[in-house]
Amino acid sequence: MTEIKSVVCPICGCLCDDLEVTVENNEIIKMKNGCAQCEAKMVHGYKSEERILKPMIRKDGKLVPVSMDEAVHKAAQILTDAKYPLLFGWSSSTSEAQQVGVELAEELGSALDNCCSVCHGPSVMAEQEIGIPSCTLGQIRHRADLVIYWACDPWASHPRHLERYTSFTEGRFEGSEWKNYMEKLKGAASQKKVALASRRILGSYNPPIHPQTCTVDAPPQAINKNGRKLIVVDVRKTITAEAADYFLQVEPNKDYEILESMRCLVADQELDVDKVGGVPVEYLKEVTDAMVNCDFGVIFFGLGLTQSAGRFRNIEIAIALTRDLNRRTKFVISPMRGHFNVTGANVVFAWQTGYPYALDFSQGYPQYNPGEFTAIDLLRRGDNDATLVISSDPGANFPRGAMQNMMKHPIITINPDMNAISRLGDVVFPTQWCGIECEGTAYRMDLVPIMLHKVVEPPKGILNDEELLRKILEEIRAIKAKNPETENNAELKARNKLAPRIEIKQRKKTKKAEVA
Amino acid sequence: MTELLIKNGFVFDPINKINGEKMDIAIKDGKIVQKVSSKAHVIDASGLTVMPGGVDIHTHIAGGEVNTGRIIRPDDHVKDVERKTAMTRSGTGYSIPSTFTTGYRYSRMGYTTVMNPSMAPLQAKHTHEELNDIPLLDKATYPLLGDWWFVLENLAKGNVEECAKHVAWMMDITKGYAIKIVNPGGLESWGFGHNVHSIDDKVPNFCITPREIITGLARVNAMLNLPHSIHLHTNNLGLPGNYITTLDTMKALESVPYNGKPVGHITHLQFASFAGDGWAHFQSASEEISSYINAHNHMTFDMGQVIFTDTTTMTADGPFEFSLYELGGHNKWVNSDIETETSGGIIPFTYKKNSPVNALQWSIGLELALLIKDPWKMFMSTDHPNGGPFFAYPRVLAWLYSKKAREITLKHCNKKAQKKSLLPSIDREMSLYEIAIMTRAGQAKALGLSNKGQLGVGADADVAIYDINPEKLDIARQFKVARKAFKHTTYTIKDGTIVVKDGEVVNNKTPGRTMWLDIQTKNPCVIDEEMKRKFKQYWTIEYDNYPVFEHYLKVPQKLTIKASV
Amino acid sequence: MVEQKLRATLITGRTIDQGVGKEMGKGSIEYFESSAVCFMDKTDMIQLGIKSGSNVQVSSKYGSVIVKAVKFPSGITPGMVFIPCGLWANAICGDETFGMGMPLFKGFPVEVEAAPKEAVLTLDELLMKEYGR
Repeated sequence: MTEIKSVVCPICGCLCDDLEVTVENNEIIKMKNGCAQCEAKMVHGYKSEERILKPMIRKDGKLVPVSMDEAVHKAAQILTDAKYPLLFGWSSSTSEAQQVGVELAEELGSALDNCCSVCHGPSVMAEQEIGIPSCTLGQIRHRADLVIYWACDPWASHPRHLERYTSFTEGRFEGSEWKNYMEKLKGAASQKKVALASRRILGSYNPPIHPQTCTVDAPPQAINKNGRKLIVVDVRKTITAEAADYFLQVEPNKDYEILESMRCLVADQELDVDKVGGVPVEYLKEVTDAMVNCDFGVIFFGLGLTQSAGRFRNIEIAIALTRDLNRRTKFVISPMRGHFNVTGANVVFAWQTGYPYALDFSQGYPQYNPGEFTAIDLLRRGDNDATLVISSDPGANFPRGAMQNMMKHPIITINPDMNAISRLGDVVFPTQWCGIECEGTAYRMDLVPIMLHKVVEPPKGILNDEELLRKILEEIRAIKAKNPETENNAELKARNKLAPRIEIKQRKKTKKAEVA
Repeated sequence: MTELLIKNGFVFDPINKINGEKMDIAIKDGKIVQKVSSKAHVIDASGLTVMPGGVDIHTHIAGGEVNTGRIIRPDDHVKDVERKTAMTRSGTGYSIPSTFTTGYRYSRMGYTTVMNPSMAPLQAKHTHEELNDIPLLDKATYPLLGDWWFVLENLAKGNVEECAKHVAWMMDITKGYAIKIVNPGGLESWGFGHNVHSIDDKVPNFCITPREIITGLARVNAMLNLPHSIHLHTNNLGLPGNYITTLDTMKALESVPYNGKPVGHITHLQFASFAGDGWAHFQSASEEISSYINAHNHMTFDMGQVIFTDTTTMTADGPFEFSLYELGGHNKWVNSDIETETSGGIIPFTYKKNSPVNALQWSIGLELALLIKDPWKMFMSTDHPNGGPFFAYPRVLAWLYSKKAREITLKHCNKKAQKKSLLPSIDREMSLYEIAIMTRAGQAKALGLSNKGQLGVGADADVAIYDINPEKLDIARQFKVARKAFKHTTYTIKDGTIVVKDGEVVNNKTPGRTMWLDIQTKNPCVIDEEMKRKFKQYWTIEYDNYPVFEHYLKVPQKLTIKASV
Repeated sequence: MVEQKLRATLITGRTIDQGVGKEMGKGSIEYFESSAVCFMDKTDMIQLGIKSGSNVQVSSKYGSVIVKAVKFPSGITPGMVFIPCGLWANAICGDETFGMGMPLFKGFPVEVEAAPKEAVLTLDELLMKEYGR
């Protein structure tokens, strides 16, 4: 039995690296410090009966186990035969595997996209419009006395975020609010008991049916107290909201108006309306006062902003608000990245190509255009004629319209277990669980690189993403070399003859008068 | 090929005092040798200039900040692309090229060694992953230590030796090469949105001043016998009147024992040489600064030259980048503070000839280079990409070796700037020998890289051959011809292999090495449970997960240093 | 008065149970039980005449799906229904991105009807129905 410390959790963007894992007979039997999701994966999920142990090819409608060589050859053939394949996923692979992905897309002249296009792609787009004032999570721990979770529910998606990085952590300059939260919970529990008892005495209670508006409470004094304050803004009361000093409930699709109103209030402008997005303006004023008066504030935002109406404009306005606040105090903003290495996919694609996602290599050089080369858009238009899906599950997570188009052409999957897309694949590859069976680099939601550990040996014959992709790439090159007259090869040769760089012409000098 | 003979070229090798002599350079197994056999591949370098491969002491090409710059500037890349070829990977430019493109473009200009000057220790793995992907060049990187809590706390208590051990430890675990200091004290202050305004301001929450940080780390540098001096981005960078701070900084370093080796390097000096009490009265302080430098020998510098183009500023100086944003006209501002260590910021920026400030900045960089008499003190750089993209280096060289080139550009600049510029009164035109010092020999010497920047026997066989015939070409008069030659080499040779021929990459099997320092202290830093506990409090990652493990360097080159502590 | 159809706004997103379920495996009972559900406000359920734990049909212009109705654990959100992201939610989400790459996962109109006699399809059954495999 071995105990391994400082193990890195390979699930969400928190990338917690303080796990203690007990391994016996090459199996994880115990895990300490991780959240419920981590417990589910590390102790149960990774060794479930849904694990793929052999490559498979769909023959006569059924997935049949085949040798690795046969599967690699079939996958390579599909990708070389295709005129315009799409390589999608990447967010739960290591940075090393993502690098091979770029090389593969370049070799094929294919589209290359990662999961952020259905997650925080709009956040990246907003950053490209306006930049982003941000910091690493430790800065929050040490300094933040105002934490705002906007349109996200860390208790559900990033369960240890508060205890590791924000309200319930001890920093150099700010303390933990854990004790106060526990007191509040006890108080709430007693209140519930009283309410239940009253109901028993007074008979059952039918609340009136409300019209379609939400109820908003006034901000309490707690948002002006010393020490850390927590404000949650969301369309529904989540568990994170229950832990907050103030929960601001807003109408769906109204975040843009609310954020823009807050910008006006921060700039000491008067608003002509009484309510914005269902929230009375005087409540918004109290919240912006708390923001201006804090020593160090942070807005963490999630898919509630990236996925509702306005998409990247919502993020852009939230960043603009943060920027405005920097004229009055110190304020930062940070996206709650979902998968443990979706940030890594953006980082790797960007350093190798200049662009973070929504890539196209059909011209022989990287092109970027969200809305054109993003996976959903390609699928909607039926532009791609083969798809490779790696370390992700569009089968479960893409809208059915897009998936139905994907189904019209061959699908190659690379995942450790029989998730939805593996069940739908034509060539299905097994792979190692990153951070459990193989090591590699991942990038935390705040861009900090952390190396994942290997704690158990993988099942025999199963490669990791990087090795498998290399095999497929080599086979593709071998197929192309054997077929010099294929269209793809001819195209490549033609491209090679062209000048490697497109120079910019110098702007002509004008004769305008000099501005003194 | 293991043997190469470069015949009959005009060789400029300042470290070995060779000034345009017609001679042969013999290469065997990646090193310069005395002679080679008749089987050697011969390059006929008749009529060509032969120099050691270029060495760039300060260029932002890899890491978290650079990459965030790439991400937010798709507009920068779309206008400048590189297609995939049989020999090269694809990529994009312009001011922040992707990694493969960076390697190819530097190599095409004849560069063979580049130094990435800013690495946040917490993001060190990222920097090294990117450096691995920059081909054809040897590289190293400098960890940012000037606002690191361990440095601030130790120096505040006067524990210079303890500080030295921690710095040695940090250099090892980040696989770094030199101590980088940026706006010391200012970055920690920026953690709460403040800044320091002189080298004697106290840093909030830490009982220390920038003066104490700078001189303390210079002493640490000497104790550890590091090959390069401290590499310093001064306080008050980019503010009118900041030359006073720069002078104060240089004077402060006079107190550090000097034994012939420089005790400090101030980088992108142009941005630190502003006079005037505001932007309206913006003036050049190049005379004051260069007078001091001409009278003192304890420091080296690089230019930070401005190019009139659209580029991207990125530095660890978070407060400076915010003040640049506040100046107006910029819609994109990135801020990236790093816990316990440092900060950072990015602003895209266009330097305009008709801006009175930008045009004078352009003049200041050149004034400094031309007024500082000794080219071994002042090196050519643009602080890429802050002053301009590195592939504009040939333009900078032309301004240095040709007064005519300077006049032509100055004529199109803002009239106010023309009046304030000292360039009309400066006749100096650098020779090829001086250019070789400012772009390779001097930089290698300041960095302590004894095998680089020179063509003596035993040196690394990194060579650049340019189509410049010093006997026939007057580089000052025909500056455009020379400029074109500096843009693309006739040959670039890396470790004895021809990697570029006639401006095209012909060999892509040379990944280049990443150099790092293995500093051997007599009593190493003790990593006990107390230290690990402190580590857990200060950072949000575990001690075990913090270091850059050796496998992160694709081709490592460990340089062992014996410290005095 | 009990209504036949409830017009509501659909939000899809994460819950801790769905997070745990996806880590247990997409074919697991935990994933099914956590993701094939529709959280509703208590008053809306009264309006529809249904109890927590009964099945409902949720329809959008993109499709319809049978899921189990569950009361929101806290808060007041009449007119809003929440289905955890996953296969069941995506049966009714739209793939329009308005040129931004991001499809329609949140904030669009749906209709909810009681469907006590309809069964909630398992992962494999729904995959077969939607994609023929």
